Amino acid sequence: MSDNNGGLSGAYFLDGDHACAEGAIAAGCNFVAGYPITPSTEVVERLASRFPDTGGTFIQMEDEIASSIAIQGAVWAGAKAMTVSSGPGISLMMEHLGLAAMTEVPCVFVNVQRGGPSTGLPTLPGQADMMQARWGSHGDYEIIALSPNSPQECLDLVIHAFNLSEQFRVPVLFMMDESVGHMTERVVIPRPGEVQLTPRRYTKLPPGEYQPYKPGDDLVPEFAKAGEGYRFHITGLTHDEKGYPVMSADCQGQLITRLVDKIKRNADKIALYHEDGIEGADVVVISYGITSRISTRAIRLARAQGVRVGHLRLVVVWPFPEDHVRRLAKRIDAFVVPEINMGQVVLEVERCAAGRCEVVSVPHPGGTVHNPQTITDAILEAAR
Amino acid sequence: MSDTMSDTMSEAVSEAASDAVDKPVGDEGAIENPVERFLRTERMPHIWCPGCGIGTTVNCFARAIEKCGVDLDKLCIVSGIGCTGRVAGYLNLDSFHTTHGRAIPFATGLKLANPELKVVVYSGDGDLVAIGGNHFIHAARRNVDVTVFCVNNFNYAMTGGQVGPTTPLDAVGTTSPHGVCERPFNLPFLAKSCGAGYVARWTTYHVRQVTKAMVEAINKKGFSFVEIITPCPTLYERRNRLGSGLDRMRWFKENSVISDGSDTRYADIGFQEKIICGKFVDVDRPSFLEMTEAKMIDVTSKRRWQEISRRQRRPIGDEAAKD
Repeated sequence: MSDNNGGLSGAYFLDGDHACAEGAIAAGCNFVAGYPITPSTEVVERLASRFPDTGGTFIQMEDEIASSIAIQGAVWAGAKAMTVSSGPGISLMMEHLGLAAMTEVPCVFVNVQRGGPSTGLPTLPGQADMMQARWGSHGDYEIIALSPNSPQECLDLVIHAFNLSEQFRVPVLFMMDESVGHMTERVVIPRPGEVQLTPRRYTKLPPGEYQPYKPGDDLVPEFAKAGEGYRFHITGLTHDEKGYPVMSADCQGQLITRLVDKIKRNADKIALYHEDGIEGADVVVISYGITSRISTRAIRLARAQGVRVGHLRLVVVWPFPEDHVRRLAKRIDAFVVPEINMGQVVLEVERCAAGRCEVVSVPHPGGTVHNPQTITDAILEAAR
Repeated sequence: MSDTMSDTMSEAVSEAASDAVDKPVGDEGAIENPVERFLRTERMPHIWCPGCGIGTTVNCFARAIEKCGVDLDKLCIVSGIGCTGRVAGYLNLDSFHTTHGRAIPFATGLKLANPELKVVVYSGDGDLVAIGGNHFIHAARRNVDVTVFCVNNFNYAMTGGQVGPTTPLDAVGTTSPHGVCERPFNLPFLAKSCGAGYVARWTTYHVRQVTKAMVEAINKKGFSFVEIITPCPTLYERRNRLGSGLDRMRWFKENSVISDGSDTRYADIGFQEKIICGKFVDVDRPSFLEMTEAKMIDVTSKRRWQEISRRQRRPIGDEAAKD
């Protein structure tokens, strides 16, 4: 069913890319800039087709560098904005991920991950951009990254991604992968009234009193948009609360500490994971994205053989739920960490486990998903 | 060289001087500089060197925005990185100092998300046409509603005087110590061939013409472009033994050839050769916003009509059955 504003609602048979596009529309996204790249192109194709009905603007820019900064210009003009890409395109966007973190621009970067490095496997899945998502731009900063495992989650979680970006004024990375992007399942699109949206934190202060980077109690500054008489200055240089550049260690210390702390101190609020059979488990599988669905079968196979194995499925991967993994490490024998890369998030698990339990990586170079038996074997080995 | 041109600077100077003698100087009765209200004076002194022309262009810009009739609350300025990239920070407007080369795509997003804004990109030659060259040509091709001012000082000044995309053949830079052996861009020709609706070039000697061109460019719909040739006495002039900033202004005065409407193909700038100045292009083409708006109205009305006719075709009673 469609409403007068072009919003759809009801049950549809959609792939993850199309569901992501509908999720963005449901989140109120009204500006998308992108550049064609497999396997993410369907997201922007659907938005290009749908935006005339919803009043949004889509522009296909000349490259991903342009796309990733055009959305930031749009945010300063008051839009809710997103860009979409994959592998090589995401690599090109990394400088502007840093700009968004530095200038605190709420926006969403969708990465439909494929096999890499370089051109790699454009049409096949990978999860090897997880550390790039966390550390890909230069300098110290924090971001939030979510990892959906179904078309329905591509819709639901991209709305959540927009909400988190508004709450913390931070770029949020939406880490899909080719399998989820091209998997077709039943997707329920909520009615507009059923969607919880976090509004942008516009300042109520008048021009003259407003300072663009004066933080609130939660360390997040209030937002003002261009054209409203605030006459603010925004720079990617290290800046003070007025937004003016200051080249000093003091100013750098204050700014970078705040940018990091506004996420770290709120990590508990941001954390989102699903647990299954953690109580009394000897082994816990930590997974995310498409690999969490493969792990579900692997865990069932292992349980059939009498192993007490739990599942911790990360929905928010960054910030990493450090405290939770530390607590678990004290009472279990082993973590098993399958992922479609040569071992990335497992490094975080090892760091948090800190030798208190065994950590088993189940790497996969990409191109397909794990064979569940591989993960089951790792669980059985760890439980022995 | 026309007579009116040779008088331009001296006119401006004498006008300022006559203002000055009328009023007492001192804290109490200090003369208010006419451009001060457009500047973030708390950020002065600025970073530019003595003799640099960027400040001259800012002075022209302040006068231009006073004259152009645009609501200053709606005027946004976007800069990239480099000496000219610092302009945004000194202007009392909504201002954005973005990444190297990417001011134009940022400005594109800003403008498309709120067409009420007037968006000016103010940056240097290296920023706009080397690292940002791809964005420059595509913005001109789209005729996106953005005004671009390019301050061309023939080198990368912020980083110490390296060769750039506009450095004339045979000139010396720190990364071309034996002289440049690649042809520079002819920016008016580049902008025109990509579809810019307004293209002009002046030097910082031509302060009135620069101001006038800025006013015209700001009020032009679609992509408008003004190149301003500027001295860089600290680096380009010093390394090439071209004298001081003042010597350079004299050189601009004596070697500029005003040729409005002339063929941009012949507007190349050779090392210490004549500089062709003037307004080269001023044509009306449908802008990106006009084109997209027309298309969207077309698409949505077609879809609404399809929806209405679909409902009308539906048998009576189906509407109730649907719910």
